[in-house]
Amino acid sequence: MLYELTAYELNKKLQKKEFSSKELTDAVNSRIESVEKNVDAYVTFIEGKPDNNDNVAGIFRNIPVAVKDNICTKGIKTTCSSKILENYVPIYDATVVKKLKEARVAFTGKTNLDEFAMGSSTENSAFKITKNPWDTKRVPGGSSGGSAAAVAAGECIAALGSDTGGSIRQPASFCGVVGMKPTYGLVSRYGLVAFASSLDQIGPITKDVTDCAHLLKAIAGHDAFDSTSLNTEIPDYPKALTSNVKGLKIGVIKELVAEGIESGIEHVFSEAAKKLESKGAQIVEVSMPHIEYALPAYYLIAPSEASSNLARFDGVRYGFRAQAEDLLEMYKKTRSVGFGEEVKRRIMLGTYALSTGYFEAYYGQAQKIRTLIIEDFKKAFEKADVLVSPTTPSTAFEIGEKTDDPLQMYLSDIATIPANLAGIPAISVPCGLSEGLPVGFQIMGKHLDEMTVLKTAYALEQTIEFKEKPKLN
Amino acid sequence: MIDKKEVEYIANLARLEVSEKEAKKFTSQLGVILEHVAKISEIGTKEIKPTSHAVEINNVLREDKVDNEVSKEESLSNAPDSEEGAFKVPRII
Repeated sequence: MLYELTAYELNKKLQKKEFSSKELTDAVNSRIESVEKNVDAYVTFIEGKPDNNDNVAGIFRNIPVAVKDNICTKGIKTTCSSKILENYVPIYDATVVKKLKEARVAFTGKTNLDEFAMGSSTENSAFKITKNPWDTKRVPGGSSGGSAAAVAAGECIAALGSDTGGSIRQPASFCGVVGMKPTYGLVSRYGLVAFASSLDQIGPITKDVTDCAHLLKAIAGHDAFDSTSLNTEIPDYPKALTSNVKGLKIGVIKELVAEGIESGIEHVFSEAAKKLESKGAQIVEVSMPHIEYALPAYYLIAPSEASSNLARFDGVRYGFRAQAEDLLEMYKKTRSVGFGEEVKRRIMLGTYALSTGYFEAYYGQAQKIRTLIIEDFKKAFEKADVLVSPTTPSTAFEIGEKTDDPLQMYLSDIATIPANLAGIPAISVPCGLSEGLPVGFQIMGKHLDEMTVLKTAYALEQTIEFKEKPKLN
Repeated sequence: MIDKKEVEYIANLARLEVSEKEAKKFTSQLGVILEHVAKISEIGTKEIKPTSHAVEINNVLREDKVDNEVSKEESLSNAPDSEEGAFKVPRII
């Protein structure tokens, strides 16, 4: 089936004219028609026409690609899965969307997320709960759950997500696909609805590491519209795709394979690490003594930034407005009706952490912990070229299992958060199944060293040969 | 730890309206979360500098020249209410 192939494979076949672009789009559309009712990955669908220009660089021409619905698309609703933006139609394209248009992708639609990307299960969407294609009683992870589920279910070939504390890698892990958070600043955030600006980063969610490298190449690069965009030369990422890891030092972060990790995950993960070792890589154990403080620091920094970023939703210039007698009442009613519970919880947590009397103890202290985490990484990277861990402490959990207990939900980000705090690149690659559910292998690299991360990921993929597919009908 | 009065105070700062029931729920949930994050106070950080961005952030300056003009109609296209080319809001005083 065409929808089961990767972008790289499809591009080859399109060039050989084994089928037409229209046949490919039709194949994915009919797949959407048959499985979307069970997956609920999309918020909005996009219809387009195949592109006939043969002189487009890259492999994504006419490849069906989905975009997370917190990334602005000109003339197409961008809801953030929130009631407050339910009818918001951006007047501009995010830079990544502009770049994908230049690559002539065939957009399939906008995917569901936890409202404003706040969550780890996509249950916080104001519109629908996306299901995990491996087991529709389970969550796809979050917040990019719609994108990860769509890729896993064959409802698109590749997708974009955003990652603030693991929102690309955790759902990729839960859905058995590849997801990468690039170095902070590598991909422009212009047009990404801001959650926590010092942590947010857009990245690829794909079926394999090859597509990931190609998609990253398509979206990376300096952008004058994003003041945090790095002005650096973009390497040719697909060149990293060699399985040669001889002599590569791989550091297993000891604190992330300790207590709290499901035994099934630990087993699949260490088997995968052994396979890399058999390919000539050297496995070393590294310690990051402050890593246990990363999660609490993150859940102060991210909500603090969010409380400030989300102040713009006031019912004046765009979005939902509640009727009221005066302005103050209008603000309050608009925000109370427009925002869901988790978003309100985080706005309040952030407002509290920034308020007089608590600022130093909470936000100030969390920023200092962030420094310590960065120093831990620096020391760890003296001993290893890449650092690895399971992406998540558990496999996909059941729908409803953690919705009443926010803290338990937060704890599922324990292994992914450190990379956001340090701004370094990290990828999740499927490395096997535990009780029938996918397990993700996380590889973190030095600042701007996407090449080594991709090389290691590719070697892992080649040795594991993870071929299982969700049995979804 | 945080009490209901503080939750109501914070909600007002954040321009949120919380019902009696919500205030109770948020008080207990925020209490649990704050208890967990308070862990960060275990570490002495007197000598540690805070990090606000993981990468160095510099001011980005450019010539003050219009090159990406947005029309008034476009700017107002998502407005819940507008009049004579301006955003319209309920009375302030």
